[in-house]
Amino acid sequence: MTATTVEDLDRAPARAARTAPAPIPFSRLMTVELVKMFNTRAGFWLIMSMAGTALIATASVILFAPDSAMTYDNFGAAIGVPMTLLLPVMAILSVTSEWSQRSGLTTFTLVPHRGRVIRAKMVVAIAIGAVSIGVALAIGALGNIVGSAIAGVDTVWDISANQITMLVLANVLNLLIGFMLGVLIRNSPGAIVGFVVYSFVLPTLSMVLGNFQQWWEDLRPWLDFNWAQGELYDGQLTSTQWAQLGTAGLIWLVVPLAVGLVMVMRSEVK
Amino acid sequence: MIDVTALTRTYGGLRAVDDVTFSAQPGRVTGFLGPNGAGKSTTMRVMVGLTPATSGSATVLGRKYADLPNPGREVGVLLDASAQHAGRTGRETLRVAARTMGLPMSRVDELLDLVSLTGTEAERRVKNYSLGMRQRLGIATALIGDPEVLILDEPANGLDPAGIRWMRDLLRGFANKGGTVLLSSHLLHEIEVIADDLVVIGQGRIVAQGTKAELLASAGTLVRSTAIEELAQALEQRGVTAVASGRDALRAEAEADLVGQVALAAGVPLTELRAADGAGLEEMFLELTADTSREGAAA
Ligand SMILES: Nc1ncnc2c1ncn2[C@@H]1O[C@H](COP(=O)(O)OP(=O)(O)OP(=O)(O)O)[C@@H](O)[C@H]1O
Ligand SMILES: [Mg+2]
Repeated sequence: MTATTVEDLDRAPARAARTAPAPIPFSRLMTVELVKMFNTRAGFWLIMSMAGTALIATASVILFAPDSAMTYDNFGAAIGVPMTLLLPVMAILSVTSEWSQRSGLTTFTLVPHRGRVIRAKMVVAIAIGAVSIGVALAIGALGNIVGSAIAGVDTVWDISANQITMLVLANVLNLLIGFMLGVLIRNSPGAIVGFVVYSFVLPTLSMVLGNFQQWWEDLRPWLDFNWAQGELYDGQLTSTQWAQLGTAGLIWLVVPLAVGLVMVMRSEVK
Repeated sequence: MIDVTALTRTYGGLRAVDDVTFSAQPGRVTGFLGPNGAGKSTTMRVMVGLTPATSGSATVLGRKYADLPNPGREVGVLLDASAQHAGRTGRETLRVAARTMGLPMSRVDELLDLVSLTGTEAERRVKNYSLGMRQRLGIATALIGDPEVLILDEPANGLDPAGIRWMRDLLRGFANKGGTVLLSSHLLHEIEVIADDLVVIGQGRIVAQGTKAELLASAGTLVRSTAIEELAQALEQRGVTAVASGRDALRAEAEADLVGQVALAAGVPLTELRAADGAGLEEMFLELTADTSREGAAA
């Protein structure tokens, strides 16, 4: 109850009418989401560990592999293994941190269209994934040249352009699985555990089931997403295999992602 | 300008917000007052679209919040100062907000300055921020887009006395420039100092609303004087009803402002002049608090 109160009550609004600001373009949302992936401690170390493990994997092949194994294929495989875990984790955290870290309160008030934000995150995650694989392949190529020079053997380039495409596709699919689990579970530890179960436990269960149940063994190529994905690493896919990948992907990736998106739209952010 | 119309939000059987209607006007600070669990935060979350309403609607600047093209440029929101990414520095947090709104990065330093976060503090990760520092960062995020409406949930939480004073002045200045301010609190005295209008909520329902002057006037003013007879007479002449309250005090049904003027004009010395307690707003608020009080028996 200050002395100025009465006078303030009668004061007319002095602010001039303003023009409505321009809408937020999608490109800006992508930039924001890209920045957000790198400017947290977790994001920074995740990217660093991708580069780090790629270097360690390359160095290990050079140091420990026999000269005959000094091929691009082997370098690529060694670098690819940590990527199959790190890329999905990056995709998971980009989504789940909005809930686990509660930064979504700000994100979704500044952009009250959750679908747009999630789409921007997905595009950025895929782009980072593709670039990371590109960088990893480049490190592998360098390792291949250096390694074969040290061993004094011919440099072997035994990965075709087609194989590279399939490799990128396989990694992007893997990353999208992480993304889907992030959207569906919306909790960082939960989604990471979910990913481990999805990628390592379910395939084993599927295999065991297939050993005992003939009907599952017959249907497995169509229903086991991990199996269908595995074909990608071998390079060439027949049209049947593409169809199997599509069917399994629909069941294990597209549908759960759609369910997750509906939940994201309806849920409370608090 | 904020309009809330017949807003209801239920959680299972609980009506957390129950048919709430009020508006916050430009040029004024509207205090949203209620005890813990009254539904203040829920109402505010519904306003900005973080929580879907069960029924009813809320508009900001005449539009649904989700229809604002770039909300941060028109509405500054602070709902929970702790809801920030712990692994991001204060400066990066503000940069993300500025970038989203399409603002130049120079705004970040201006705002850090405004909320008195130093350069080294801004480089620290939010995880290591004190509650008051988080609150300042949250206020900076709300203000960075130079909005015309502010929606703040308990913004004084964790601020030191100087910080509270600073924020009070800031909000006053914001409203004086024609901005709309809605701020919540569970402390009557805190909101009494700053608000022009009050909306009082208890158990999800609005129990009182109006200008602070109206609500406090109905509570009356307690005035104590060594010349109580003369004062009573003077008040009567001005048409103010006053009843004795103890031996040397009166409870006048008018604002302290008016009672003081009457006393001055009559040349009566006062020993005390304040809003009467045990009546009106404060009593109602205490009752509300007691009903929902976790201490229960204390009331
Ligand atoms: N997701 C939820 N599920 C169930 N009940 C909820 C949920 N969110 C809020 N509530 C309930 O709604 C009521 C209103 O809560 P709200 O947070 O809006 O209170 P408040 O007025 O902000 O209180 P405070 O002053 O303590 O911040 C409370 O009883 C709370 O328990
Ligand atoms: Mg609250």
